Amino acid sequence: MENRPLEYDYTVAKMFMLTTVLLGFVGMLIGVILAFELAFPGVNTILGSGLAEFTNFSRLRPLHTDAVIYGFTLSGIWATWYYVGQRVLKVSMAESKFLMAIGKLHFYIYLLVVVAVVVSLLAGVTTSKEYAEFEWPIDIAVVVVWVLSGISIFGLIGIRREKSLYISVWYYIAMFLGIAMLYLFNNMEVPTYFISGGIGDWYHSVSMYAGTNDALVQWWFGHNAVAFGFTVPIVAMIYYFLPKESGQAVYSYKLSLLSFWGLMFVYLWAGGHHLLYSTVPDWMQTMGSIFSVILILPSWGSAINMLLTMKGEWQQVAASPLIKFMVLGSTFYMFSTLEGPIQAIKSVNAIAHFTDWIIGHVHDGVLGWVGFMIMASLFHMAPRVFKREIYSKKLMATQFWIQTLGVVLYFTSMWIAGITQGMMWRAHDEFGNLAYSFIDTVTVLHPYYTIRAVGGTLYLIGFVMFAYNIYKTMSARPVEEAELKNASPMGA
Amino acid sequence: MFHWLEKHPFLFAVGVFVVIAFAGLIEIVPSFTQASRPLVGTAPYSTLELAGRHVYIKNSCNACHSQLIRPFKAETDRYGHYSLSGEYAYDRPFLWGSKRTGPDLMRVGNYRTTDWHEHHMKDPVSVVPGSIMPGYPWMFDNLANIDTAYAEQVTVSKVFSVPYNKAVPTKDGGTVTVAMGKDLADARAMALEEAKVIAADMKDPKVKAAVEAGNIPEIVALIAYLNSLK
Repeated sequence: MENRPLEYDYTVAKMFMLTTVLLGFVGMLIGVILAFELAFPGVNTILGSGLAEFTNFSRLRPLHTDAVIYGFTLSGIWATWYYVGQRVLKVSMAESKFLMAIGKLHFYIYLLVVVAVVVSLLAGVTTSKEYAEFEWPIDIAVVVVWVLSGISIFGLIGIRREKSLYISVWYYIAMFLGIAMLYLFNNMEVPTYFISGGIGDWYHSVSMYAGTNDALVQWWFGHNAVAFGFTVPIVAMIYYFLPKESGQAVYSYKLSLLSFWGLMFVYLWAGGHHLLYSTVPDWMQTMGSIFSVILILPSWGSAINMLLTMKGEWQQVAASPLIKFMVLGSTFYMFSTLEGPIQAIKSVNAIAHFTDWIIGHVHDGVLGWVGFMIMASLFHMAPRVFKREIYSKKLMATQFWIQTLGVVLYFTSMWIAGITQGMMWRAHDEFGNLAYSFIDTVTVLHPYYTIRAVGGTLYLIGFVMFAYNIYKTMSARPVEEAELKNASPMGA
Repeated sequence: MFHWLEKHPFLFAVGVFVVIAFAGLIEIVPSFTQASRPLVGTAPYSTLELAGRHVYIKNSCNACHSQLIRPFKAETDRYGHYSLSGEYAYDRPFLWGSKRTGPDLMRVGNYRTTDWHEHHMKDPVSVVPGSIMPGYPWMFDNLANIDTAYAEQVTVSKVFSVPYNKAVPTKDGGTVTVAMGKDLADARAMALEEAKVIAADMKDPKVKAAVEAGNIPEIVALIAYLNSLK
């Protein structure tokens, strides 16, 4: 056999890139609509009062979170897996008909589930558990998709040529196992149609757990779905794409080991911080609080490892918009993983819980870290997958600054809104009566809600620029014969 | 030492799983050995209330309203006694929420009336000037799903031994029995009786006519549920 480099097969990666862009746009657009609905309630009936049932805040809110988590993020994770997996394991998907079929099946069933989710959530079919709203038939379909993705991951690992697993692969494995465990336990439910002998809606179910136990399982899931969906696989991305793009080796192998196993061990404990001052036992609340603070160490471990990877090469940050995205992404990760533990301290949580500060925290993480990293990864992949240079680096740089401004407006307004609301709720006058009625604490937030809506819109505009740039790259640039080399094609 | 592990993906995956499952074992399993016991005065939901709870869930009311009063003076002043674990013994799923865009509803039955809820759901600003809550006028037209609520009652009484048709103690030392229909027709008739009581306090002629005709609009079930939150 002649000795030539491997031709990687990006068929499935391309499919998931498409849904990343499409569902990212849908999810963020709904987010912007929601932000405007909170600032200007008239927007709830944007399509007329006849359709208000489907356009008002309550129906769109779960659709927004699920579209961004399971549409944008998950698609991005799988797009990168079907790209990174082959390259770090030194094996092409074209070599295995079986894995190729699994990959495609994985995509098409995923697409069907997405459609089912959109329809059912708009119709109000929901279990009400955050990020686990789906009723049992969709839950089962989700498990099928997940198993297919697992076969894909472990199948590729099974036929690899590279003996040792690269750091990113550790994180993809952890994501698969973590979500599998969490999702299964949290979605344990009893379909009522079958137990009652065929009465009522066939898709309706009742949770296996009641009250406090249900809350405990839900937040063990809810927090750690973030861990294994928003942290772990995104760390996998930065460990691959930043060294590749910058042409620098990962700063420290030991630090990556320490932060990986640390993150695995510590993260699951922290779920309890969602239940501070609730009716779950005190010791669990305390554990949740303490472990949340400890979580700073492994999180910052990965982020510092990445920032130090740029040691001596900081001029690339100025030169390359792609490196900007990744470096600011890591910085937002550090920022968000410091903010989270602060909110998990009991006395801070007493003010922060139930307020917009939590929404701000989620979004500086998701917009600044997850969104930036996924877009950066796709920007890195696009020239190699489509064999064409990026359409416009200038557009990319403009997008970066618009979105950064959007994120900053978002979290600063939500901080102020959250802390204001938390303080007003607890304020007493000199006679020991409550100082404000609830509605006072709502109307005062109007300016901040407006700023948030503007920030969200800026981010969405940036995302449209991203989508346009990727689309033009696919269609408007000449095909390159040789694969683009690293260190750093953007800077050169 | 770890270089070795990275060459054995299976053992690596097992290692990861053990490490991540550990916290769950320690934190979650102990709480399940102690099934949540209902607090004295906590009764299961009637068919109509449960149907109303489904309306509440269907429209994600929990996205903006919590049902968890924390043990702070400001909260007990505003909403009533702080939450106790046993009060949620029949809540499947729990509806604590994670964001308060509107006030907590854990004990809303103590300080709001059927009449207030009716106006509030139709046009929130009419009773709370400045409210950013959207109206829910379609609840006055859509019919409540009594069948599914009954199916759920049958399920929880069979699978989780929720005490329907059994006397449960009340706070004042007496007992109360929450009845569940013998069959679907019986359950529908019982729900309608309950609905008539609610509709009598309501103003909307459409709703009154519907209940008169034997139908139960979603708003009636929802108000039954909200009134039961005490």
